[in-house]
Amino acid sequence: MGALQSLPGHPEYVGLAEKTGFSFEQIGILHNRFKQLSHNEETLLREHFNKIPDLDCNPIRSQIIEAFFDRRNFRQNGEGTVEEIGFEEFLVIMSHFKPPTLHMSEEQREGVRREKLRFLFNMHDTDNDGTITLEEYRHVVEELLSLSEALETDTAKSIADAAMLEVAGISMGHMEPDEFYAGITFEHFLKLLNGFEIESRMNVRFLNMDTTTLCK
Amino acid sequence: MAQLRAAGGPLLTGFVCASLLVCACLASASLDVGHNETRRDGSAGETPEDPHHPHHPHHPANDTVFKKAFPVLALNYDYVRKPFEIALWILLALLMKLGFHILPRVSSVVPESCLLIGVGLLVGGIIRAIREEAPVLNTELFFLYLLPPIILDAGYFLPIRAFTENMGTILVFAVVGTLWNAFFIGGMIYGVCQIEGAQLAGVDLLSCLLFGTIVSAVDPVAVLAVFEEIHINELLYILVFGESLLNDAVTVVLYHLFQEFSHAGTVTVADAFLGIACFFVVSLGGILVGAIYGLLGAFTSRFTSHTRVIEPLFVFLYSYMAYLSAEVFHLSGIMSLIACGVTMRPYVEANVSHKSYTTIKYFLKMWSSVSETLIFIFLGVSTVAGPHAWNWTFVIFTVVLCLVSRVLGEGRPPRYTPPPPHPPPRAALFFMPCPVCSPGVIGLTYIINKFRIVKLTKKDQFILAYGGLRGAIAFSLGFLLQENEMKSMFLTAIITVIFFTVIVQGMTIRPLVELLAVKRKNESKGSINEEIHTQFLDHLLTGIEDICGHYGHHHWKDKLNRFNKTYVKRWLIAGERSTEPQLISFYNKMEMKQAMMLVESGGARPPAAASSVSVQNIQPRESARGRAIPSISKSREQEIRKVLRGHLQNTRQRLRSYSRHDLLIDPFEDHVSEVRFRKQRVEMERRMSHYLTVPANRQEAPAVRKVCFEPEHRVYTYDDAESPRGRTAQPRPGPPDAVGLLSESSPRPGARGPEQEEQEEQEEQEQQKLSRCLSDPGPNNNKEGGEEEEEEIV
Repeated sequence: MGALQSLPGHPEYVGLAEKTGFSFEQIGILHNRFKQLSHNEETLLREHFNKIPDLDCNPIRSQIIEAFFDRRNFRQNGEGTVEEIGFEEFLVIMSHFKPPTLHMSEEQREGVRREKLRFLFNMHDTDNDGTITLEEYRHVVEELLSLSEALETDTAKSIADAAMLEVAGISMGHMEPDEFYAGITFEHFLKLLNGFEIESRMNVRFLNMDTTTLCK
Repeated sequence: MAQLRAAGGPLLTGFVCASLLVCACLASASLDVGHNETRRDGSAGETPEDPHHPHHPHHPANDTVFKKAFPVLALNYDYVRKPFEIALWILLALLMKLGFHILPRVSSVVPESCLLIGVGLLVGGIIRAIREEAPVLNTELFFLYLLPPIILDAGYFLPIRAFTENMGTILVFAVVGTLWNAFFIGGMIYGVCQIEGAQLAGVDLLSCLLFGTIVSAVDPVAVLAVFEEIHINELLYILVFGESLLNDAVTVVLYHLFQEFSHAGTVTVADAFLGIACFFVVSLGGILVGAIYGLLGAFTSRFTSHTRVIEPLFVFLYSYMAYLSAEVFHLSGIMSLIACGVTMRPYVEANVSHKSYTTIKYFLKMWSSVSETLIFIFLGVSTVAGPHAWNWTFVIFTVVLCLVSRVLGEGRPPRYTPPPPHPPPRAALFFMPCPVCSPGVIGLTYIINKFRIVKLTKKDQFILAYGGLRGAIAFSLGFLLQENEMKSMFLTAIITVIFFTVIVQGMTIRPLVELLAVKRKNESKGSINEEIHTQFLDHLLTGIEDICGHYGHHHWKDKLNRFNKTYVKRWLIAGERSTEPQLISFYNKMEMKQAMMLVESGGARPPAAASSVSVQNIQPRESARGRAIPSISKSREQEIRKVLRGHLQNTRQRLRSYSRHDLLIDPFEDHVSEVRFRKQRVEMERRMSHYLTVPANRQEAPAVRKVCFEPEHRVYTYDDAESPRGRTAQPRPGPPDAVGLLSESSPRPGARGPEQEEQEEQEEQEQQKLSRCLSDPGPNNNKEGGEEEEEEIV
C-alpha cells in the first residue's frame, strides 16, 4: 500500500485530494472510471452519461445528469450550466456524497449538511432563481413517479401541492388568504428537512479497491 | 392525593384479586375433598357427572328418591377452575399495569418491568406463605404461549429500512458477539470453579459452557420493555433490538450443541464443524420457513376482499404456524416469526382494509403487552417459588463476567468525551464496571467501524453495551436443563443476572441516556416532503453508484425493489393496488389519517398542528384560481373515485351515495330517493372523509359546482381555516335525530352561500350541530349534509 500512497505519475492528485477530501486510491479509481465513461477523452459530455445502461431505469436520471453539469455544484460560486466537465469537476460533484468523518465538530457537521442539502436544492431548482416554485416541485414529483405505468397526472400534482402546503405551513405559519407563497427558499428547505439526517443518509461508499471493471 | 385515590382503586382491586386467587387455591383444595365425598354418595342435583344438565329432566327419579332439598345455589368451582385462574392472573397483571401508570412519579423513575417483577415477588411470597403451589414459568408456557406474541409484534412493526441498512452490524453483534460472550463467560466461570474450594469442583467445562450460553443471550423482551420507555434514537434501538432477535439462532445452536456434548462426553473437531453447519441450517432454515408462511399469508390476503372480518386472523395464524413449524425442526422459531412478519407485511397492508389493519395493530400490541406483563410477574413468582442454591462466588462472578464480557465485546466505554455541551459524564463511570484491560482491546465495534459509513461513536457503544439485558428467555432455557445438582445453582445465578440487568441497568439507563445526551427518537409525523425526499435520495444514490461504477448497497436494493414490483407484487396484491408506486400509497395513507383525524375532531376545528395556510396561498398568481373552481370532466371523476375507492375501502353504500352519476341523472326527480340518499349520506359523513366536501363557492353556476373533489384543493386542506363547508361535514347527532329532522324539512336542493353558512354556524352554536346545519336563513332549508345537495345540482 505504501507504493500506492504516492502515485508517481499523478502529482495533481495531491491538489485534488486536498480539495475534495478523497484519498489517493479513491481518486485513482474514480479517474479510471472517468476515463472509462469518457472513452479516454479529457472531458465528459452528456451523451457519455446517457450511455450508462444502469441509469436507464432510474426515474430521475435526467436530473442527476444535469446536476453534473451545473456550475452551482462546482463550489466556485458559479452559475449556469456547462456542456462538458473535466475530471476535477467530476470529482467535486462526487465529493458531495462523502460521509462525514467520525471526529467532526458540530459546525463541521452542520457545514456538511448544508452542502448536501444545497446539492439537493440545486437539483430541484432548475431555473436557478433561488427558489423552488410549485411548478418545479411538481416536476420533481412527476419525475419520481414517471416510471410507474398507471400514473394519473393529477395525483402527482396533488402530492406536490400537499408537499408545498406543508412547506408553507412549516416556514410561514399563518398566511393571509391573499398572500402568496412564491417558492421554497434554501432556508425553508433547510428547515423542512431538519429532521432528515441528511449527513448520514446521502452517502455513497467510495471504494478503496478497484472493482470498476465489473460494471459498465 | 387525588392521584393516590385514583390509584388506590385499581391497586385495591388488584389486592382483592390476589387474595381471591389465594382463596381460590384454598377453596379448590378443600372442594376436591368435598366433591369426592359427594360423588361417592351418589347423586344430588349437582352431580359432577351431569354438569351440563343441571335441570336435566331425565333424572327426576333421583330427586324424589333421595328427598334432598333442591339446591337453589350451588358451588361448582372445579368446573371453571382452570380458565378462572388464568383469567384471574391476567386480570391481576393488567390491573397492576394500570396502577403503575396512574402513579406518574413511580413510572418515570422505575421501568415497568421492575415494578412487575416486584409484584410477582410479592404475589409469590403471599402464595408461598400460605403454602400453596405457585404457578411457575415453565418452559412450555413461556415458549409456546407467552413469547410468540411479543416477537410477532416486534417483527411485524420492525423498521425495515433501518434494519436492512444496519444488517451487517446487527449480524456481527448477534453472531460474533454472542459467541464471544458465551465462550468467555463459560470459560471464565470454569476457571473460577477450578480455583475455588470443593463446592464448585463438580462443574465441568461443558456445563459451564452451557451455562455461559444461556446467560449470554440478550433478551428481546427485556430490551423492548426498557428501551421503549426511553425513546432512544432509531439506530441504537435497532442495533440492540436486532441483535436480541438474531442471536436466538446462535443461542439455539449452542444450547443444543452443548447439551448433546455434555451427554456424549467428548468433543471432536468434526462435531465443531457440524455445529457450524447446524448454525447455518438453523438460522437460514428458520428464515426460510418464516418466509414461506409469510408469502402464503400474503397470497391469502389477496382474496379476502369479501370476508374482511377474518383478515387479521390470517396474519396471526400464519405467523404462529411459522413459529411452531420452525420449533418442530429445532430451527430458530424467533427468526422464523420475524421473517414471516417482515415478508407478509407490505403485501398484507396493501390488501387488507383499513379497519383490519387497525385491528391487527391493536391486537398485536395488546397481546404482546399482556404477554410481557405476565412474563415479568411470573418471573417474580418463580423466583420465590423455585428451588434455590445460593453460592456467593458463583453468582457474583457470573454477574461481573456478564458485564465485563459485554463491554469488552461491544466496545470501549467513553473514558472521556470531547467538550460536550453538558458537563462531562463522570457519574457514568461510576455505574460502569471499568474493565481492567488496556486501551488495546479490540472490540467488535472497532472492527465494525471500519466497514460502516456512519461510524458508531463512543456514546453509541456505551449504550449498546449497557442495553444488553437478560430476561426470561435465559430463565426458561435454564429451566429446561437437566435435573442435576448444578441446576439449582445455575437457576439462581441466572435469576440474579436477570434481576441485576433488568433492575439496575433498566433503572439507570434513562438517567444515563439523558446525562450522555444521547440522540433521542425523532418524533415526526409522516411528512410527505420527507417521503418524497427519501425516494428521491434513494434514486439519486443509486444513480451515483451506477455512475461511479460499483454495485453497492443502493444498487442491490433498487434491483430488489424492481424485482418486487414486476413479479412479486402482481401475485400477492389484489387488484390495481399492485402497480401503485410507494409514494402514492404513502400519500393516500397520510390523507386517510388526516381525514380520520378530521372526523374524530368533529370537523369543527382543523387539527391544532396545522397552520392556516391554504391552497390559495401557493397557487401561482397567474392562474387566478382563487375562487374559480374549474369543472371536472367525467373521466377525471372516475379517476378520482378510483383513487379514493382504492384506499378508502368503504362499502358499496358510500359509492352509491357518492355516485355522481346517479344523482346527475335525476336531480330533481324523486324526492323520496333524495331523502334516502341523504340519510345514507349522513351515515357516511359521520364516518369519513372531507374529500367529498364540496368546495368553496356554491354561488357559481351549478355546473361549476360539480363535485369539487378536486383532490389538489381539497384533499389535504383540512387545515384550511376558511375552507367553507368543510366543517359542516360532520354532524354529530345520531342517525335517528338526523332522520327525524330530515323528514321535517322539505328537500329542496339549492345553493347556499358558504359565508352565510359559516355565519350560521357561529350564531347557533348552542343548538345541535345538526339543527345548525339545517337552519339556513337562505332561500332553501338546509338539510343535513347540505353539501350533498349541491352535489345533486349538476
